[in-house]
Amino acid sequence: MHLVHPATLAVLLFCVGLYGVLARRNTVLVLMSVELMLAAVSLNLVAFDVWLADELHSGQVFTLFLIALAAAEIGIGLAIVLLVYRRRGTVALDRLRALRDGPGADEAAEAAGPTDAAARPTAIDAARGQETTTP
Amino acid sequence: MSAGALPVLAAVGESGRSVLSPSGVEIVFLLVAVVVLGAAILCVTSRHLVHAALYLVVALGGLAVEYLLLTAEFIAWVQVLIYLGSVVVLLLFGLMLTRAPIGPSPDADSRNKPVALVVALAAAATLVTLVVDAFRTTWIDLSTPHGRSDALGESLFRTWVLPFEALSVLLLAALVGAIVISRARRDDSEEGRR
Amino acid sequence: MDLLDVTLRVVAVLVAFLVLPLLVGQAEHKVMAHMQGRVGPMHAGGFHGWAQLVADGVKFAQKEDTVPAGADRRIFQLAPAVALVPYCVVLVAIPLGPGGLVGQVIDAGVFFVLAVLGIGILGQLMGGWASNNKYSLLGGMRTAAQLMAYELPLILAAASVVMAAGTLSLTGILDGFQWWWVPWQLVGAFVFFTAGIAELHRPPFDAPIAPEEIVFGAFTEYSGLRFALFLLAEYAGIVVISALTAVLFFGGWHGPFPDQLGWLWMLLKTGALCFLVIWARVAWPRLRADQIQKFAWTVLVPLALAQIALTGVVKVVIS
Repeated sequence: MHLVHPATLAVLLFCVGLYGVLARRNTVLVLMSVELMLAAVSLNLVAFDVWLADELHSGQVFTLFLIALAAAEIGIGLAIVLLVYRRRGTVALDRLRALRDGPGADEAAEAAGPTDAAARPTAIDAARGQETTTP
Repeated sequence: MSAGALPVLAAVGESGRSVLSPSGVEIVFLLVAVVVLGAAILCVTSRHLVHAALYLVVALGGLAVEYLLLTAEFIAWVQVLIYLGSVVVLLLFGLMLTRAPIGPSPDADSRNKPVALVVALAAAATLVTLVVDAFRTTWIDLSTPHGRSDALGESLFRTWVLPFEALSVLLLAALVGAIVISRARRDDSEEGRR
Repeated sequence: MDLLDVTLRVVAVLVAFLVLPLLVGQAEHKVMAHMQGRVGPMHAGGFHGWAQLVADGVKFAQKEDTVPAGADRRIFQLAPAVALVPYCVVLVAIPLGPGGLVGQVIDAGVFFVLAVLGIGILGQLMGGWASNNKYSLLGGMRTAAQLMAYELPLILAAASVVMAAGTLSLTGILDGFQWWWVPWQLVGAFVFFTAGIAELHRPPFDAPIAPEEIVFGAFTEYSGLRFALFLLAEYAGIVVISALTAVLFFGGWHGPFPDQLGWLWMLLKTGALCFLVIWARVAWPRLRADQIQKFAWTVLVPLALAQIALTGVVKVVIS
């Protein structure tokens, strides 16, 4: 098999996941896009491992690790999302801005701003700290 | 896929193999690849939350088929077991608990969709060019299966046993972490639930 | 010749898939009835109501196939198929007798079987969510929670057998089987079988479908043929779990004259385990959802881990 086929598929899948992470607003959907990116990486690892016929199967073993990591990530991620949902009544990433810098931080809920996966840890800290926005 | 294949149409491998005369495995691989990509694109664009999760099932299941075609049998079944059996069920569970409605949700996407599209397309163009240019004349030899469970287990528990143990510690940490997070403390919990 | 071989195997698996669940269903009618001091269906087909399920099938096919207003139509209609097909696929890998009497030898057979079984649950989740019904959604969520809890002991118990046999292939496990594996793996067998029943939502683990409480959970809105497909999935699941338990823990086709009668021993062991499943339904009341979770995490998982430890110790001692 031409190595370009699996490699290109992995690249395109990764970019689709990248689009999802950047464009999605619902946290669970962002987690799903992250899964797509991880799956693309796994495909790459497997393809190159098979190509090199590695004695140690490093690529495939690493894929196994990656799958386990993805499962752990989803477990923790969903626990966080559910906690945030219970506290705030929303899982929209751009509304979870309690720790936002600068003026107007409290009104941040109205302002839609840059969205990325990094907003997720913010949400837990916010949930632990002061309750600015109540659902 | 077609964009990726175009520049290599003329390339001929060392033993006369060419992209113009794909083998049966390659044809199946490309067909499944189209399904995987289509499902993935629907997964990140669908406005129906649960539909997106089900498209993810299709995409990941298709990937398992690709692993089978690459003779990585064990990885394929682990992929089905963990991703389709557990991860997607967890995701659906999460969607149901956060009240995913039936029908489209207008707030599934944020406002920076155009930016995301530009970034994704730019990344795709760069990476596809790079990959195609780098591996134009590289062929995978699939005649001997590479990824049977016994060989994989041997290298996992001989060579990679230390990372394996480290991973098990990490999984334990994740388990404890998930329990701690989902266990809302009684004193500051708004609803007074456990 | 190759094509003929493949066709024959596929047809054989399909026939087994269509016949065995019906046999279990009929047995459930009669066994439950006799355990409760009734006689069960007596009229359909004449002799002791043997054709009751055929009649049921005809009835289901005649009923109107409704989709509730406000439901997610496509997912609602797709769900029964997703629930049913995995069990059919799993049957391909289960060996019936020695010497290649199996649909398809799969290198990582145990993994294949457990992986495909997990997909069937998706069908119930889809049906539960798409029905646009609170009871169904509740049933779907209980299904998901129960699957998460019982997948772990199921896989751990299977891993114990895999350690004992030193292979992931179902045929390989049977080839290496010795009689003393039965007492050695007995705890594992209990864990696997119980977790299997729980994954199928059979009583006493049927909180996700609980008719008196949440009106059949994910199946509330289903009628006609699609409901029949869900029922068929349940009985196919009983067959598959029983057959897997027989293969992994009770030696499958091993018995007197395995070369001639191997298939008979396999079917008898499967049938006996199916009987246990039916018996459990009559014998125990339904557990609450929280009791089901507690049972998985505090009883089955520790037992499965203890079994794995025992397997490891014995394996090291005898090698």
